[in-house]
Amino acid sequence: MKNTQGEVWVFAEQEDGKLSEVPFELLGKARELAGRLGVKVGAVLMGSGVEGLAAELFAGGADTVHLIDDPELKVFRNKAYRHAMVELVKEENPQIVIFGATHMGRDLAPAVASALRCGLTADCTDLQIGDYEDKKTGEKFENVLHQIRPAFGGNIIATIVNARNWPQMATVREGVMKPLERGTGNGERGTGNGERGTVVRHSAHLEGVEIPTEVVEIVRRVSSVNLKGSRIIVVGGAGVGSKENFKLIRDLAAALGGAFGGSRAAVDLGYCEHERQIGQTGVTVRPALMISCGVSGAVQHLAGMKDSAKIIAINTDRDAPIFQVAHYGIVGDLNAVIPAMIKAIKNKGQDNG
Amino acid sequence: MNGYNCVVCIKQVPDTNKVTGDAMKADGTINRAALPAVFNPEDKCALEAALQVKETYGGTVTVITMGLPAAAAILREALMCGADRAVLVTDRKAAGSDTLATSYILSQAVKKFSPDLVFCGRQAIDGDTAQVGPQIGEKLDCAVVTYLEKLELDGSVAVATRDIGTGVETCRAKLPALFTVTEKFGELRPYQMRLVMKHKNAEPETLSCDDIGCEAERCGFAGSPTSVNKIQSVVLAGGEFKEIPATDEGVSGLVGELIKDHTIG
Repeated sequence: MKNTQGEVWVFAEQEDGKLSEVPFELLGKARELAGRLGVKVGAVLMGSGVEGLAAELFAGGADTVHLIDDPELKVFRNKAYRHAMVELVKEENPQIVIFGATHMGRDLAPAVASALRCGLTADCTDLQIGDYEDKKTGEKFENVLHQIRPAFGGNIIATIVNARNWPQMATVREGVMKPLERGTGNGERGTGNGERGTVVRHSAHLEGVEIPTEVVEIVRRVSSVNLKGSRIIVVGGAGVGSKENFKLIRDLAAALGGAFGGSRAAVDLGYCEHERQIGQTGVTVRPALMISCGVSGAVQHLAGMKDSAKIIAINTDRDAPIFQVAHYGIVGDLNAVIPAMIKAIKNKGQDNG
Repeated sequence: MNGYNCVVCIKQVPDTNKVTGDAMKADGTINRAALPAVFNPEDKCALEAALQVKETYGGTVTVITMGLPAAAAILREALMCGADRAVLVTDRKAAGSDTLATSYILSQAVKKFSPDLVFCGRQAIDGDTAQVGPQIGEKLDCAVVTYLEKLELDGSVAVATRDIGTGVETCRAKLPALFTVTEKFGELRPYQMRLVMKHKNAEPETLSCDDIGCEAERCGFAGSPTSVNKIQSVVLAGGEFKEIPATDEGVSGLVGELIKDHTIG
């Protein structure tokens, strides 16, 4: 049952025949884990007419692409995907399976874990290989997956292990793991040794399986919001004071050529849209620069932004927790500081010609 | 069809939005006693969904929770909002259950009522895993519809609108079906005065693991493949910190520094 030679798998989520950034983030981590274990990285690609995506997955770090191509898998449906994935795990016996903690991943992974009766840790922010000793039985386990996640509203960080019922499964927060740099995977980003991965075709095993849901329509959100891809993000919190005043946040972002977002409090107060929420229940970001304005810094919020390379915090309250993660702190009124900042940016821009 | 038989799984949780200084013990574990116990917010939305079904199409709403006897408080709240029947699954054997064991026990309880529709909150604010709902659905082997935002029923088919992150999906699900409900579905209605009086001292029906035919090795610690290896309280990375005066010169100097090191510009 415990296959210590099993591959490290990534669920390569695709929609409309396109891979999002998530599988590449997972592959980056999977390469590291597989390297520690001395095993291969497998990507599980499910859909209809999606074989062409395999090359991207090799480039992203996969050694093997397990392809299940079936018309029944054209759009995601829990029962069909779950069934195909469960059969695949039984056939191939991987030791680790990781999914993105996306809507699809958080729908599929629990169902797969339930069917296989194995453990699953949700929303991990880190994964490591390590040892584990069961303090009750004294049993020792080597090279198990340490699944690290915030819990309890972000107030604690828990390390979870699943030492006995393999495969070890986890979902991983979007935007937390780093994709491989180009030039270090197998293909285009590849090692340059010309080696390509292997595509292994599998059946979905869906003959005679009743799928109780039918997708009638999908309306994709046309979103101009791309917080995760932004180098610079300006975030406003409850301290901004009103929806009208949130214009300051947008203006500062525009002056910097960055994106803007809000804390949960700002979203709840209607200052900005839900899709711009940064924090544990929103988006996790780590831009090169984050400017946090009137955000007190609840742990749930900090969990989603504290890994930003540079953080500037503007707050009237010197004791606000946001200053504990900030690199630069300005204790003052954002209504004065932000206009001064915009002015300085415009002036310096001119200086530089 | 004579109305729909709805079951709602609910959970009493410590209010993690109210974590203050004394909520964390020195060893980094949680002092649950310092936190108020509340009706998990998205489970309230799940209850609202069931109550709307009952209102629109007729039927009954049964609420089930698994927990300590004190969890009866949220069952009473559910009754005061219009649920018809309240069930508490409470058993020492259930202690230490992770999501797999919890979903097993709850699925056994749900099966006892042979519902047409099962509603769960998307996730609980103490764990935020969003796993128990889909795992109950897998064990019931029924249609699973997550992130429910809107629901209509058409005989033995549910027409559901769900958030898929990158958009909104409309799907048709054959009943029986399980739904996980998000806060976008809408808030739970207030208590009805008449029901408050009727249920203020109500005691729920209680069920043990044996009553619902659970295999002991699938409950509690025994049935939980995951274990907690380590708990750390969140230590905010100190790192370098520089205070900038809130003056034009201070701000301008900071902007200059950021341009110089190519963070901006």
